[in-house]
Amino acid sequence: MRIETLKKAGLAALAGVGTLAMSAGAAFAATAPVPDKGDTTWMLVSTILVLLMIVPGLALFYGGLVRTKNMLSILTQTLVITCIVMVVWALWGYSEAFTDGAGLNAYVGGFSKALLKGVDTATTVETFSRGVVIPEIVFVCFQMTFAAITTALVIGSFAERMKFSAICIFAVLWPTLVYFPIAHMVWWWPGPEFASTHPADATAAGAGMIWAWGALDFAGGTVVHINAGIAALVGALLCGKRLGYKQEPMAPHSLTLTMVGAALLWVGWFGFNAGSNLEANGYAGLAMLNTFLATAAAGVAWPAVEWILKGKPSLLGAASGVVAGLVAITPAAGFAGPMGAIVLGLVVSPICLFFVSVVKNKLGYDDSLDVFGVHCIGGIVGAIATGIVVNPALGGAGIVDYTAGGAAVYPGLVPQVISQLKGVATTIAWSGIGSLIVFGLIKVTIGLRVKEEVEREGLDIAEHGERAYNM
Amino acid sequence: MKLITAIIKPFKLDEVRESLSALGVQGMTVTEVKGYGRQKGHTEIYRGAEYAVSFLPKLKIEVAVKSELLSAVVDAISSKAKTGQIGDGKIFVTPLEQVVRIRTGETDGDAL
Repeated sequence: MRIETLKKAGLAALAGVGTLAMSAGAAFAATAPVPDKGDTTWMLVSTILVLLMIVPGLALFYGGLVRTKNMLSILTQTLVITCIVMVVWALWGYSEAFTDGAGLNAYVGGFSKALLKGVDTATTVETFSRGVVIPEIVFVCFQMTFAAITTALVIGSFAERMKFSAICIFAVLWPTLVYFPIAHMVWWWPGPEFASTHPADATAAGAGMIWAWGALDFAGGTVVHINAGIAALVGALLCGKRLGYKQEPMAPHSLTLTMVGAALLWVGWFGFNAGSNLEANGYAGLAMLNTFLATAAAGVAWPAVEWILKGKPSLLGAASGVVAGLVAITPAAGFAGPMGAIVLGLVVSPICLFFVSVVKNKLGYDDSLDVFGVHCIGGIVGAIATGIVVNPALGGAGIVDYTAGGAAVYPGLVPQVISQLKGVATTIAWSGIGSLIVFGLIKVTIGLRVKEEVEREGLDIAEHGERAYNM
Repeated sequence: MKLITAIIKPFKLDEVRESLSALGVQGMTVTEVKGYGRQKGHTEIYRGAEYAVSFLPKLKIEVAVKSELLSAVVDAISSKAKTGQIGDGKIFVTPLEQVVRIRTGETDGDAL
């Protein structure tokens, strides 16, 4: 998702964020723009790459980290959540995230496109450039995979102990109450053509609240990672610690699969980050380069710190560093310069490592697979750093004013970082409260947690009647 | 007849098997086991979680031999399985009352 700077009555500042792209470019343009085949192809490919991140990428990354008796439960949860969210997305999710919400538009969209009404092969959405569109159907698919992966990311924190029925209900309620509104707030903007033709209210221009504040989020640092990370923390706290946590060994059952999963996440993340550009151009290339470099730097930094502090560089450390780097560069992918991306990668790993080792142990919560420590903390680091590394003076791309087709601008360190902080704080608050409502509701109705004997035996046999391995 | 049960380091298996073959030992049973002795265990660290692993993987080999072969077999195992490092393992010798080869019904010395 990309960015825009909108000019408001002489005040050149405000950058919008993210993805955006709204529909109906055709409604505003004198002659309807036609989608470019290269852009369309790239978005089709990117969409499938994001699916690859979830299944099998995330499923294997998480699965390898749990004990043998719960491997199959993680695979099942990831796959079924993905399927549920995709259906929900088509029924009301897309409309809730990417349409005008009238009186509530600052927070959430409306239901004008529920059941994908009016979305067909002829409709298009604007990208970030005036006069450039992609087929709306492709945008629906692309964003569908984002909703699915964000929801699936959450389960890592309460792995090995939540009921499958509770997880299925979560997969319907959580996106509806939390993900779709946040996606709307950060990424909904009617597009450059609309903004250009409605200069009086260009900044607001029908955008979601966080976008209108000028917070930058290229591919989902707030919407995906901070959001999922906070929800994960709330879920872990409400669900409680695993039986035997801190008393018995809970070592990962297969770091081989975790390595395979992390590698698939990295490959798929090019669709996530470079695809968020919505166009196949140099900015997509920049997002790709940054997605290589920040990740590589973080993948070096994590095991390096372990080597210094604990004496041994670990594979899990390298894989965790890779994921932390991917998370951190997500909001900055099309904004940072390559050197900024490397610095960001080097910085994020030690911070996440500190959270998953020192802070988690001090506070005593059982975030089983470190969703909070890696995704939320890495996401916050990336979101704030985006406001710094975007600075053209630091090699960043600046905030391109697509509306005017002008050069890159930068409102200054303090105003931009403040915009970023507002986006982060809003996401934390919305997701924290929304997730508390969702998990709280499930807890007082059907309950979140499996019975003690089920947890001891393992979720695979007790919940699914299968095992991951018959050897 | 004696039953020799030896706990050895896994990578020493081939050397031990070759030396016993050379002595005329006709069979051996090998099991993957875990245990601890003076070597104790080691620590594994997964992100922030540290686990003390007290049981280490070893191989248990069981060999039944005629009494006259005993000392040669024990010597062979102890010399071939030895690295001089802590954790080389142990050899246990127990008396063996009866042996039957299931296919032929042969017993005792003929069955070994």
